Amino acid sequence: MNQTTEATVGQRPMEAYIGRKKIYPKLAHGFYRKVKWAVLVVTLGIYYLLPWLRWDRGPNLPDQAFLLDFANQRLFFGPIEIWAQELYYITGILILSALGLFLVTAVAGRMWCGYTCPQTVWTDLMILVERFWQGDRNARMRLDNGRWTFEKIWKKAGTHISWLLISVATGGALVFYFRDAPTLLVELFTGEAPAVAYAFLAIFTGTTYLLGGIAREQVCIYMCPWPRIQAAMFDRESLLVTYRDYRGEPRAPHKKGQPWDGRGDCVDCKACVTVCPMGIDIRDGSQLECIQCALCIDACNDIMKRVGRPQGLIAYDTFENVEAPVHLAHPKVKLFRPRIVLYSLMMLLVTGIMAAAWMNRSSTDVTVQQDRNPMFVKLSDGSLRNGFTVKLLNKEHHVRGFQLGIAGLEGAKMTVVGFDDPTSTIKVASDNLRALKVLVTVPVAMRDKLKGAATPFQLIVTCAENGDVTHHDLNFRGPDQ
Amino acid sequence: MAEKEIDSVTGVETTGHVWDGDLKELNKPLPKWWLYTIYATIVWAIGYWILYPAWPLPGGGYTKGIWDYSQRAVVTQEVADAKAAQASYFKKIEETQLEDILKNEELLPFVMAGGAAVFGDNCGPCHGKGGAGSVGYPNLNDDDWLWGGTLEAIEYSITNGIRSGHPEARDMAMPRFGLDGLLKPQEIADTAQYVLSLSGGATDEAAAGRGKQLFADNCVACHGEDGKGNPAVGAPNLADSIWLYGSRLADVERSIVTGRGGVMPSWGGRLDPVTIKMLTAYVHSLGGGQ
Repeated sequence: MNQTTEATVGQRPMEAYIGRKKIYPKLAHGFYRKVKWAVLVVTLGIYYLLPWLRWDRGPNLPDQAFLLDFANQRLFFGPIEIWAQELYYITGILILSALGLFLVTAVAGRMWCGYTCPQTVWTDLMILVERFWQGDRNARMRLDNGRWTFEKIWKKAGTHISWLLISVATGGALVFYFRDAPTLLVELFTGEAPAVAYAFLAIFTGTTYLLGGIAREQVCIYMCPWPRIQAAMFDRESLLVTYRDYRGEPRAPHKKGQPWDGRGDCVDCKACVTVCPMGIDIRDGSQLECIQCALCIDACNDIMKRVGRPQGLIAYDTFENVEAPVHLAHPKVKLFRPRIVLYSLMMLLVTGIMAAAWMNRSSTDVTVQQDRNPMFVKLSDGSLRNGFTVKLLNKEHHVRGFQLGIAGLEGAKMTVVGFDDPTSTIKVASDNLRALKVLVTVPVAMRDKLKGAATPFQLIVTCAENGDVTHHDLNFRGPDQ
Repeated sequence: MAEKEIDSVTGVETTGHVWDGDLKELNKPLPKWWLYTIYATIVWAIGYWILYPAWPLPGGGYTKGIWDYSQRAVVTQEVADAKAAQASYFKKIEETQLEDILKNEELLPFVMAGGAAVFGDNCGPCHGKGGAGSVGYPNLNDDDWLWGGTLEAIEYSITNGIRSGHPEARDMAMPRFGLDGLLKPQEIADTAQYVLSLSGGATDEAAAGRGKQLFADNCVACHGEDGKGNPAVGAPNLADSIWLYGSRLADVERSIVTGRGGVMPSWGGRLDPVTIKMLTAYVHSLGGGQ
């Protein structure tokens, strides 16, 4: 022991935590950068503008196309309207999204992370702003290393003010999804908006600024659980952003006119490293940090063109192809793999279930609850009576009439509290629920026909306007016989 | 103070204490962010003490804080707000006849919900949460009413009570035929048999026959010649199949011996008229209302 201690005297053990090294991603040019700009414009466009899209639903209903109306427990997606008790449709959409994520990951790696994850998109936007104020990689590094001059102050201030404005717009757009956007916009400025709107605006302003502007890649590396799960979803056939070391190595700088024999195509220019928003070197192989944004592909292709070597030294490729004895320039993608088939089947299944549920969705919900206290009542003439609470939910946007009836109970009489004639049409207001107390009485003469403590019968609800009939199986309760 | 000892391996100061001759502990300070967080909470706590009620004072008081916050005041305000929000309903209920409330689509759900809540708080202990009652406590779901099952009769019973001591209470009571020696035991048994025979439940036809005259002499004044009772005096219908105190011979005999007279408090002093109106509509809607 002592010997060991003495041997390490003066040596410092490896640091457990390494401080962040600020990353200065260089602007890449090429196909994937263009794709990413397009995704950025489309996704942010949807996010910021969707609440402003209008949709006419008639009077007394919101005309916002996409509205999560928690106050009235209703979700509006264009023509689709989801009530609180139908929230399982949202569950279905979430399951589909998760499976879709698994499927894409199995086929082509972290597509979500690289292109569409909000963290990636907003970070990209924030870097764009930073580049506008402070210039590209080298200019930014110079500025950071330099002294605090007036120029540095206004460039930094401009950057942070722009970030904050974007953040406020982001937090602002979020709250518009929950309340009529034009109304809320005015309310936000006049101070009349609900406190919760200001709170969420503040929270999302803060998170956008901190996560997109300041923390950036650290969110993906340290905060996000997805990279840890992801490794279980790749396999040897997944298309990943890969450095083709068989082609690139041995790497060395290359002077124009020198022969290419006996060396790799990588000229060690570090273009792939300087554009990387995660600050890694793709040539080190597959890494947890890599979000597979493919910007290194663009950077490398640019260099390969200049030195006159074929494109695709860094490319979407599979482990299988990289490690194969003969490498293909364009890897064969094997789509018929167990996990891809399984994810696809599961998605089909969930879609099928949801479609079936949606087709069978009725515009009326009828729930019938039997009174339990008491289960049954004996009347003065010896008749038996059961009470039920019938709730009629009208999901249509106009008043509808319903008629109640019973079947399967010989001689039984039905009454509805508040109605002289139980067979009269009962009106339910649009988008509304009406609870009714329904009493079913079996006269003393018919009590012999009851089957002991529980006699099955049906309550029939008929929609007066379209004749839709729903049957509800119930039990008539009586004493044991 | 001993001189600082620096651990040679890590370059970090030790606490200076040595355990078991050779064990030393590094003096690792708290992370900065942790330290500043706890300073922030201390600042927060001091601000809290100043703004909110915080410290108990000797003699039972406490520091009130400059915002003068009180949970009790908040609750009082919330209750007042809730009452204000309900005020328009209460006003409408007050102005609407009971019969019309039952047919009023707008008021009925409010009245039913309110009535059920009030019933659970005030009536449930005796009548059961669903109004099913038990021996001696009438079932409010059935169509048998001692004092009448119309809206007016129910409202009157709730407001003034039954044998409650209230001057307006429903106050008639059945004599104690046995205890006060008005009938002999054999006569009571015969009368009981006759009473049971009214609903076809007699076990001794001869005794029931003897009881007929006794019934006519002692009971018809209140229960009527056919035994169908009289809501005006709270006399139950003896010819139906509902028995508040049981339908066995012994139960009926006991009723005659001791007399019967259940008590219900008068709620007029405890519940306001609008609440009683809601309660009346609710009880009426349980299924037995006339």
